[in-house]
Amino acid sequence: MAQKASKKKKIPRQPMPEQKPEIRRRNFDEVPLGYTPELAREEAARCLQCRNPGCVKGCPVSVDIPGFIHLILEGDFSGAAHNLWTKNALPAVCGRVCPQELQCEGNCILAKKGEPVAIGNLERFAADWEREHGTGTLPARAKPTGKKVAVVGSGPSGLTVAGDLIAKGHEVTVLEAFHKPGGVLVYGIPEFRLPKDIVAQEIHTLEKQGVEVICNAVVGRSVTVDELFEQGYDAVYVGVGAGLPRFLNIPGENLIGVLSANEYLTRTNLMKGYLFPKYDTPVPKGKDVVVLGAGNVAMDSARTAMRLGADRVRIVYRRSREEMPARAAEIHHAEEEGIEFFLLTNPTRYLGDEKGHLTGMECLRMELGEPDESGRRRPVPIEGSEFELQCDLAIVAVGSGANPLLTETTTGLELNKWGYILAQPETGKTTRRGVWAGGDIVTGAATVILAMGAGRKAADSIHEYLTWGW
Amino acid sequence: MFKIVGREEMADGTVILNEIEAPLIARKAKPGQFVILKATEEGERIPLTMAMTDPDKGTITIIYMVVGKTTALFRDLKVGEAYQDVIGPLGKPTHIEKFGNVVCVGGGTGIAVLHPITRGLKEAGNHVKAIIGARTKDLLILEDYMKAASHELFVCTDDGSYGHHGFVTDVLKELLDKGDIALVVAIGPVPMMKFVSKITEEYGVRTLVSLNPIMVDGTGMCGCCRVSVGGKTRFACVDGPEFDGHQVDYDELMKRLQSYVEQEKECYEDYCQLHDSESLLFSNVEK
Ligand SMILES: Cc1cc2nc3c(=O)[nH]c(=O)nc-3n(C[C@H](O)[C@H](O)[C@H](O)COP(=O)(O)OP(=O)(O)OC[C@H]3O[C@@H](n4cnc5c(N)ncnc54)[C@H](O)[C@@H]3O)c2cc1C
Ligand SMILES: Cc1cc2nc3c(=O)[nH]c(=O)nc-3n(C[C@H](O)[C@H](O)[C@H](O)COP(=O)(O)OP(=O)(O)OC[C@H]3O[C@@H](n4cnc5c(N)ncnc54)[C@H](O)[C@@H]3O)c2cc1C
Ligand code: SF4
Ligand code: SF4
Ligand code: FES
Repeated sequence: MAQKASKKKKIPRQPMPEQKPEIRRRNFDEVPLGYTPELAREEAARCLQCRNPGCVKGCPVSVDIPGFIHLILEGDFSGAAHNLWTKNALPAVCGRVCPQELQCEGNCILAKKGEPVAIGNLERFAADWEREHGTGTLPARAKPTGKKVAVVGSGPSGLTVAGDLIAKGHEVTVLEAFHKPGGVLVYGIPEFRLPKDIVAQEIHTLEKQGVEVICNAVVGRSVTVDELFEQGYDAVYVGVGAGLPRFLNIPGENLIGVLSANEYLTRTNLMKGYLFPKYDTPVPKGKDVVVLGAGNVAMDSARTAMRLGADRVRIVYRRSREEMPARAAEIHHAEEEGIEFFLLTNPTRYLGDEKGHLTGMECLRMELGEPDESGRRRPVPIEGSEFELQCDLAIVAVGSGANPLLTETTTGLELNKWGYILAQPETGKTTRRGVWAGGDIVTGAATVILAMGAGRKAADSIHEYLTWGW
Repeated sequence: MFKIVGREEMADGTVILNEIEAPLIARKAKPGQFVILKATEEGERIPLTMAMTDPDKGTITIIYMVVGKTTALFRDLKVGEAYQDVIGPLGKPTHIEKFGNVVCVGGGTGIAVLHPITRGLKEAGNHVKAIIGARTKDLLILEDYMKAASHELFVCTDDGSYGHHGFVTDVLKELLDKGDIALVVAIGPVPMMKFVSKITEEYGVRTLVSLNPIMVDGTGMCGCCRVSVGGKTRFACVDGPEFDGHQVDYDELMKRLQSYVEQEKECYEDYCQLHDSESLLFSNVEK
């Protein structure tokens, strides 16, 4: 173990083996195949075990990165997984989907001179190893408190709250609108990036610990927050995500062949439309597909379209490459799979035939002007640059908003001007006594780890309330 | 699991009624609301309106026409078997108050959707006339229920095999000519709703229609159910399903309902083949 730092730096970053682009672009199997124990230990050996590690500061939930990496190096993979769990309830998920280049890895000391330690890959390795080889021992549960908590929404933030509070001895019921729990992890992020079995197993573990998961429960319709209190719940956590699709509001948007990414991905992932007709839900199969937007949702949509058999898939984005918000790995994977990028391009109108089918789009070319509020240079249209782009499927992935179904039916919850719930950042407390909120419904569409971080803080605050009062 | 406790075949076996155990939904449902159902793990989620609810017994009743694979699978479910998922109540309830004289117009399985609304309007003190229609006598459903739910019932068949020979709109016109009608509610095939709305617009009588676009989640999350109403895009599952009939773009709705015809056909043929080979199998066994 006592290698010198200078020697360590020379080991190159161990890439994770992957399916080849020309093969994977037509299947739904996971793209990266995972580290072998040997590769993992080799990568773990690159970590300098910094005394004042930048990586931990970069992680929103302060995972003990040098600690778990050290355990991997020692060959104690199970220990590494348990170390991860103390800060992060879903390491197998985060290792796969966190924007590491902006968080842990972006702040790794090695990133300054070369390539950072592959923290995400190692996190995934430890969690996968424990899932496949571990003893399955459940975390200890505190003495029952007799208090009941309702968690609305089973995305990463709701699941974190449920896991933390069940361990503290409270009774927890998760209410989910869909027929399957998991939130975006199940209906949004595709199988080839996050296998659904992993999410299902995490949820199964929670159930074994005693969490009750009730699906098909649309809070606001099937039952209201007021009724939950009447039924004897002592606290309610709202983690319903940002489930409202945004459209461009340009002419022709209701043509057949224009779908929100939410619809496209839900049909494919949750309803398993990619296995049609074994599964009954159809997904439109475009030959010439355009995806509007350049975030993770757009990359997932584009790569899905390719896997469903498209001849050509184009990402159309009004800003430039530097501004694309997707994870670096997703952009890289998309390019490898043959997705084209049409940058500085803004659609102004959809075109269709007499049967109402999409046939193309009218677009304007853009150039970058002065920086806007977000600090990114604002795209401005170039006059007279209109041109037509052919396509038979357009997937709109330009962001999402706050779904009003729950907030409209719950009194006492103050919202901001965009309809997101106001909650204290440190506790998740809303303006209504006994109600907490966190994740995308508070911050707007963000990341898995931020949603989980908010869940953890809220769980601490709920526990405190159930023990001491508001 | 949501157990089927009652089942009936109507309209020559083309329309099926299922009474389903769903106590929580039965307690909350109001006229005009719907549920989304899924029968099996591989199944599609489809929306159906609650034609009746029994909060004491804890059941809801759906009535649906067999038009494709999913409704055919539903038809195969027997009493004692169950739906894997039933989600609801969804959609905005019908706004029911005392309007005065109301005419409720229903066609096809739209009559099932219309029934609880008609009853609600009558209970709220309105004078309710109902007009229901079908292609032919054997396809007419819920006549007795509609009779009980209204003050006066008119029946029409396209082929004249029963009641008035002609379309529901003929009778509607006569009633409108007599005047003093505060509201028309029209639920049925899209062309029927379009036609009714055109007529009532001429008479300047407020008209409610219930739209049936393709849906997935039913909670406003996917935008699949978008319809144009008054030039604005609305989501039928959360903003509707009922809208001002004079503002709806019916042509767009009709086109959008065709979004998946090819795949629906493939799916249904798949089902029919399987179904045929199974019945072949069983007939062999019997021999
Ligand atoms: C396609 C896609 C790809 C993404 N990729 C990444 C990525 O690579 N990395 C990353 O970090 N982040 C990614 N994100 C973002 C990330 O998934 C979200 O920030 C995160 O899931 C938010 O978690 P949440 O718990 O707040 O809500 P969600 O995951 O949205 O879960 C909310 C749950 O609440 C349910 N619900 C909603 N309303 C109700 C109601 N009224 N009653 C009951 N239940 C209700 C919903 O059905 C849903 O299951 C991606 C998002 C999408 C859509
Ligand atoms: C709010 C609402 C309430 C409804 N209530 C009733 C009712 O009470 N009784 C009744 O008989 N029908 C009702 N419908 C229509 C019913 O949902 C469709 O007939 C059913 O989905 C057809 O499915 P299928 O697989 O059997 O046929 P398919 O072969 O899939 O489709 C036949 C046609 O049904 C429509 N359709 C297909 N999938 C869906 C979907 N997921 N959602 C909506 N429409 C779809 C399409 O126009 C399609 O061309 C309602 C629809 C809505 C939106
Ligand atoms: S949780 Fe995410 S940010 Fe934190 S260490 Fe793991 S991968 Fe990095
Ligand atoms: S900053 Fe990099 S090298 Fe240092 S402890 Fe973290 S991962 Fe290891
Ligand atoms: S069905 Fe998805 S928004 Fe209405």
